[in-house]
Amino acid sequence: MNQWLIGVAVAFVVLAATTAVLTRDPTRQAVVLSVLGLGLAVLFAVLQAPDVALSQLAVGTALTPLLILLTVRKVTRRPTHPDDHPATGDDGQEQK
Amino acid sequence: MTARARLAVFLAAAAVIAAFFTAACTHLPPFGTDSHPYGERAVAAALDRRTANVVSSVNFDIRAFDTLGEESILFGTVLGATLLLRRARDERHRRAEAERVVPTTRLFGALLLPIALVVGVYVVAHGQLSPGGGFQGGVVLATALHLAYVAVDYRALKKLRPLAVLDVADSLAAASYSLVGLAGLIAGGAFLENVLPLGTFNTITSGGTVPVLNAVVGVEVACGLIALLAHFLDQAVELTDPDQQRYGDT
Repeated sequence: MNQWLIGVAVAFVVLAATTAVLTRDPTRQAVVLSVLGLGLAVLFAVLQAPDVALSQLAVGTALTPLLILLTVRKVTRRPTHPDDHPATGDDGQEQK
Repeated sequence: MTARARLAVFLAAAAVIAAFFTAACTHLPPFGTDSHPYGERAVAAALDRRTANVVSSVNFDIRAFDTLGEESILFGTVLGATLLLRRARDERHRRAEAERVVPTTRLFGALLLPIALVVGVYVVAHGQLSPGGGFQGGVVLATALHLAYVAVDYRALKKLRPLAVLDVADSLAAASYSLVGLAGLIAGGAFLENVLPLGTFNTITSGGTVPVLNAVVGVEVACGLIALLAHFLDQAVELTDPDQQRYGDT
């Protein structure tokens, strides 16, 4: 087997996982998690586990970061207008 | 607990786990050898059931009961998220508005949406033949649909996503897995026994109950994830709780 490819993939995963742990801002963390998911998918593919690589690609790279980003958006929107005029729903269109 | 005490507890626990983990790993067979005792038996069993994708054979035939558990976990997750993220009394519903999208993004989404949906169906349908299967294909289907949100806007996505139908389909698919298992119990004598005709090796109908269970899981995962994402998206896009702080805890 191509030992070098496995080594590079493992090193990348370790690096990305450490970065994900050390990143404190959830929005950035979602992006790092996405990159980590991609690295894991490559690692699984290199280790001849394409089934798991597909799951990892779909869930780890697309779904989980999306759920995190949606949650962050919901949670962080409240403090943007905590003052006395109740929000009439005129903001929050910046999702595109 | 102070930060120091927490760190000390963590370091002690980590040291114990590291010691046992290292001790356990020394008994593993070396990495990358030619002998795969479990793999050889699994491949033989899969070929015996005429299922070309050994992983699918393990997941949906040899270890089908484990997959029933995994599928139920997903169903429970969707159910829990639906319950937690339902519209609360103090939340205000604001209809999503039509939005302008860059033409290239619209073109990209319009081209990619049908392709991604076909890929999802393909991955589900060929789970018993090539890498993939109900779970992977279901996730592809669920995420593909959301290209409509990227390409047009939230209202277009809502039109493409009949939530009531998807909820029913999700539940029916989750129940169907157990029903296939019960059919095996009645016809073959064991729960989730592979009782259907095995067909010709490496054709789309081969594998007995494997393609059936694959399709069931594909429907369940796709519908469940669309419903899950729908509740998250509703919370993030449409529901606002304007003055929760003033009304205190509700």
